[in-house]
Amino acid sequence: MASHLPPKPTPQHSTATAGGMAEAGHARPGGLMRWLLTTNHKEIGSLYLIFSLTMFFIGGIFALVVRAELFQPGLQLVQPEFFNQMTTMHGLIMVFGAIMPAFVGLANWMVPLQIGAPDMALPRLNNFSFWLLPVAFTLLLSTLLMPGGGPNFGWTFYAPLSTTYAPPSTTFFILSLHIAGISSILGAINIIATILNLRAPGMRMMDMPLFVWTWLITAFLLIAVMPVLAGVITMMLMDINFGTSFFNAAGGGDPVLFQHLFWFFGHPEVYIMILPAFGIVSAIIPTFSRKRLFGYASMVYATAAIAILSFLVWAHHMFVVGLPLVAELFFMYTTMLIAVPTGVKVFNWVATMFRGSISFEPPMLFALAFVVQFTVGGFSGLMLAISPADFQYHDTYFVVAHFHYVLVPGALFAILAGAYYWLPKWTGHYPHLRLSQWHFWLSVIGVNLTFFPMHFSGLAGMPRRIPDYALQFADFNVASSLGAFLFGVSQLLFVLVIIKCVRGGEKAPAKAWEGAEDLEWSVPSPAPLHTFETPPDFHPHRQH
Amino acid sequence: MASHDEQTTGREGVRRTVTRTLVVLAGMFAFAFALVPLYDVFCEVTGLNGKTSNSAQMLVHEEVDTSRMVTVQFITRASAGLPWELDVQTRQVRVHPGQSNEVSFTFRNRGDDASEARAVPSVSPSEASVHLRKLSCFCFQEQRLEGGERLEAPLVFQLTRDLPADIKTVTLVYTLYPVQPAQAAVSPRRPIKEGDSA
Repeated sequence: MASHLPPKPTPQHSTATAGGMAEAGHARPGGLMRWLLTTNHKEIGSLYLIFSLTMFFIGGIFALVVRAELFQPGLQLVQPEFFNQMTTMHGLIMVFGAIMPAFVGLANWMVPLQIGAPDMALPRLNNFSFWLLPVAFTLLLSTLLMPGGGPNFGWTFYAPLSTTYAPPSTTFFILSLHIAGISSILGAINIIATILNLRAPGMRMMDMPLFVWTWLITAFLLIAVMPVLAGVITMMLMDINFGTSFFNAAGGGDPVLFQHLFWFFGHPEVYIMILPAFGIVSAIIPTFSRKRLFGYASMVYATAAIAILSFLVWAHHMFVVGLPLVAELFFMYTTMLIAVPTGVKVFNWVATMFRGSISFEPPMLFALAFVVQFTVGGFSGLMLAISPADFQYHDTYFVVAHFHYVLVPGALFAILAGAYYWLPKWTGHYPHLRLSQWHFWLSVIGVNLTFFPMHFSGLAGMPRRIPDYALQFADFNVASSLGAFLFGVSQLLFVLVIIKCVRGGEKAPAKAWEGAEDLEWSVPSPAPLHTFETPPDFHPHRQH
Repeated sequence: MASHDEQTTGREGVRRTVTRTLVVLAGMFAFAFALVPLYDVFCEVTGLNGKTSNSAQMLVHEEVDTSRMVTVQFITRASAGLPWELDVQTRQVRVHPGQSNEVSFTFRNRGDDASEARAVPSVSPSEASVHLRKLSCFCFQEQRLEGGERLEAPLVFQLTRDLPADIKTVTLVYTLYPVQPAQAAVSPRRPIKEGDSA
């Protein structure tokens, strides 16, 4: 890449040095090499977060192309071919490039700080799993420029759309997904190894903050399902290039098998994108309610229950594929069962706030919006779980409204809440209050203006993934498109807040928020490069 | 780490955790591939995906159930990119369970060159597929037709008496697929409808 590289420095294992002022003792490479070779969990965490923010904007631009085209019925801006590539790439980038790496970034930063560990258990692997991501997504984005265009079969890449009828670039898509998958798996191994082995002396499993718990369970989900995804795309690769017929009916295969395999991965995957969000919100709500989290143990068990149930519900994505009645009923009931542990969580958050001394700093605003809006998404999920009703809702904008409610004001708002919550720890400065509030309110209005009308256009019968639509959906789509642009533009405020916060602002003390209790608030703000080289004295403050 | 002891125990633990997760990873990857034959076996036993047997089955000798009639419908579909036609002598027949029936299908190659294809069956409702026995079917093997050639091929089948009573209609779909994808490739990009301009 660069020709002026300094002589190769030996990458320093950041746990290897002793003493508090370790920074001075390292022969640290500067410039680009510092970031390329870093094994420090904080630096890698920042890299992950910056990467996911970049991907968030790229995926967001794709979404705005879609929304601009859908502003009016008829074809105005893009061809249907390109429209399909935009919907597909938007989904892939947001799921694999924005939401997942953002959570891994937060885990990198916060898990060692919250359990009193000096770093992640496998720092070099950590570096590797981050640097796989830019490779994977450069490859994925480059398919847009290839002859025949990029992936155009939806983020669920159902065979035979993604095999027999796929553009030639699909092999590159498969490769990029493999690389991203390996990155996720390595990240998950690292997080599990860190949480199980590097906790501060005296910290039992049931003393861990919920963000750590939810990430541990998420990492197990990743270990369980990412190999299945790898298997599915390997089968696709072989169907496309080596003449096998896993999903090809002509050769004795079965396209429905693809859907079973994909959703066996895909459903746990959607929980991978929401469980860490539960953890973040479970840290923020007690802090700004100035009360201990209500029902800590039930939170842990509910998270585990959701993770286990996620393996038993996959076919609710396939209600119209021609399942036998028994299967329709089984998957309907198991899906509805998930509402129970999820309900426990929402109840606990509300109970935490009950008679608390609540203040509405930016992290709390986003966390509160999360609780309300995620529940809206949960309810539409329950509606979709009703198998006979799903025959009407399937593949309409109602589904789009549902999963965007759980992913945008759900997962994304939790990430934003986490960023606002921990920015003082990362930068040493509080985020600019006014700008943060503007960002919050514009985001909430934008999100609801975008996705709430989709419930109605979906129930009225507007199909997903179609660049043109019947006239009666026009008004709903005008609202959705305006909301999308409002939401998209207001995210620039977030970038502004971060830049201002890194550069300066009101100084934050070690314990930046009055009600914050976890270990990360015992180290100075900004957190020095090396923390907890001597394990902290841990005294469980929760009595349960 | 505070002391050497703790450091080594920590490292031991990490190594153990990593080994175990790697084993789980390998297991899950293998499991994904194992699901393919498992799925086939599961579907064969239950008939859930509407696939019928790929080889001739014996006639079950049983008394014809004259108390009820079942409608058997036939649908034939030609494949994109293959210049073949597949027709059936009759669109639907009414049969008694237990009785054996013969229906004639006609293959026609409209192209100038010889090509090979196979008709792949699917049964709906899928619960009926285990009760549909094929004594003889053109779908058991590939057909090769010279340019312009025509071929009549019979399907001999029986619906067994244990067909659930609530099934009144059984639909059999035959889809023609080219056998050598290279020779009669399906067009890689699907034609796009462009609204009014098309």
